[in-house]
Amino acid sequence: MAEPRTIDIKDQPGFGTIAVICVCVLYIPVLILMIFSLNSGSLVTHWEGVTLGWYGSAFLNEEFHHAARNTMIISVTATIVSTICATLAAIGMTRVKPWRGLAAAFMIINLPLMVPEIITAVATLSFFALIAGAFGLNFGIGNLIFAHIVFCIPFAYMPIRARLEDMDLTLEYAAADLYATPWNTFRRITLPLLVPGIMSGAALAFIVSFDDFTITQLVAGPGQTTLPLYIWNQIRRPMTPEINAISTILLLVSILFVSISFLIARRRAK
Amino acid sequence: MSKAASFEAQAVKTGARRNRLLSLPALIIIGIFGVLPLVIICVYSFLAAAPYGGVQWQFSTDAYLNFLFQRDIFDDTLQFTPDFLIIYLRSFLFAVVTTVICLLLGFPTAYFMATRTPAQRNWWVLLITIPFWSNLLVRTLAIMFIIRDEGLINDALMALGVIDKPITMLYTNFAIQLGLLYAFLPFMVLPLYSSLEKLDFRLVEAAYDLYATRRQVLWRVIIPLSKPGIIAGCLLVFIPALGAYVTPLILGGGIHLMIGDLIAQQFGSGRNWPLGCAQALILMAAVLVALFFYVRNTSGKMQHG
Repeated sequence: MAEPRTIDIKDQPGFGTIAVICVCVLYIPVLILMIFSLNSGSLVTHWEGVTLGWYGSAFLNEEFHHAARNTMIISVTATIVSTICATLAAIGMTRVKPWRGLAAAFMIINLPLMVPEIITAVATLSFFALIAGAFGLNFGIGNLIFAHIVFCIPFAYMPIRARLEDMDLTLEYAAADLYATPWNTFRRITLPLLVPGIMSGAALAFIVSFDDFTITQLVAGPGQTTLPLYIWNQIRRPMTPEINAISTILLLVSILFVSISFLIARRRAK
Repeated sequence: MSKAASFEAQAVKTGARRNRLLSLPALIIIGIFGVLPLVIICVYSFLAAAPYGGVQWQFSTDAYLNFLFQRDIFDDTLQFTPDFLIIYLRSFLFAVVTTVICLLLGFPTAYFMATRTPAQRNWWVLLITIPFWSNLLVRTLAIMFIIRDEGLINDALMALGVIDKPITMLYTNFAIQLGLLYAFLPFMVLPLYSSLEKLDFRLVEAAYDLYATRRQVLWRVIIPLSKPGIIAGCLLVFIPALGAYVTPLILGGGIHLMIGDLIAQQFGSGRNWPLGCAQALILMAAVLVALFFYVRNTSGKMQHG
């Protein structure tokens, strides 16, 4: 305290500039894409004026409807199933005495995060081809739903487990002390406290399923076009700003769900 | 402590042992639709290719031999062909460059974020989180619009009179490298941030008190302390970058292959599933080596710390 400190110990010169550049680099391409979705000309990159027409034509587009419907069926089902499985698994792996195989179970749950997506994609494709060949079984769009549930589980699992681990156990002990049955304790105490974790996990599961391209593209059968696949099919044709409009819609859905998940998590922190 | 232990004992008595069964649905689903398919591609990689895709149930090591050699049609001898090996080395190089540049940009960014006030930090984290979760295909498409021949960069340079015909950037190695950097930068920043956020700045202050310069503090205190975050971030970038599929597909135009689209190609136009499975397993082996390195490093850290 003898001499006043002249430097901010946390400061490293130039780091702030790099941070600002990083954020700009991450957002500028996406913003340009969004702005060009409002372009009234029919060329993708030459600006002619503002219109919402491309959103209109997207909404009237039959193929877009079909893709949007498929996407919603797959994502909503995958989100519900994976969130339920992840919630049960998180409880089964935190509210128990350590059991033999716990480490292995943890590894299996997180496996989809460690295997590169392209490997998961070709493995799933081979698997469904095998059961189709050997048993004549084809679940149609169910193939995609099963594939999505697998990689959604770890994303839903992470925030739910984090919430369970942060939770103060006193309330649960108090309930048990007051002769609540384990089920009542769970339903009245644990579950309500767990809801933010579950919602945050479900939001993340929804986004990863909604956005998935690699696995969907390889596993999808004829007619099982999802929104990312629809965009991919459009890229290979002469493009109109309609593709920008559809891309923007996809981005806005992601931004919405990330923000929901983020806000829930932030409220938890307060 | 003993009180908690007795509660725990009671909880065990009242059915916590049954709770472990709750993990079964998730484990069964991932077991059947996640683990079993991996076993199947291991088996497939040792089978012969069927002429129109799929496999023939006949043992063969051709897939692995084909990775390095090509069987001569006339005299059936094996000839060394480095094509696949070159693609693997190229992808490895792309992934390493991506990891290094992401680290150079991501570390200062994460550090800057971690030294803001808590309210500002929240906004910065949200700013980086949004691209992290945004559709990779759409983000890659955005890059494509900018670097096309009629894209924004070329339009701007031509309008300024710097160049008179467009510079070809799309469908080049440069495009793939740019796309990979753009795709994976947030994957580096977020783990680094969560590690730097926990940094004990009393150690930094102590270093300054001992007359360390700013640079010495950075290299000898901050960076060593954030090593777990650096390793985690590098893996999170390196592994998906090595197997990247979308980026080279769109920005490389199917000409400049990386491992990811090479594998996919065997299942599509290549019609050689066993070869695709073998290539996937060789990629998986590379990933396991990286993960092994990670586990060894982090567990060693715990022993020392």
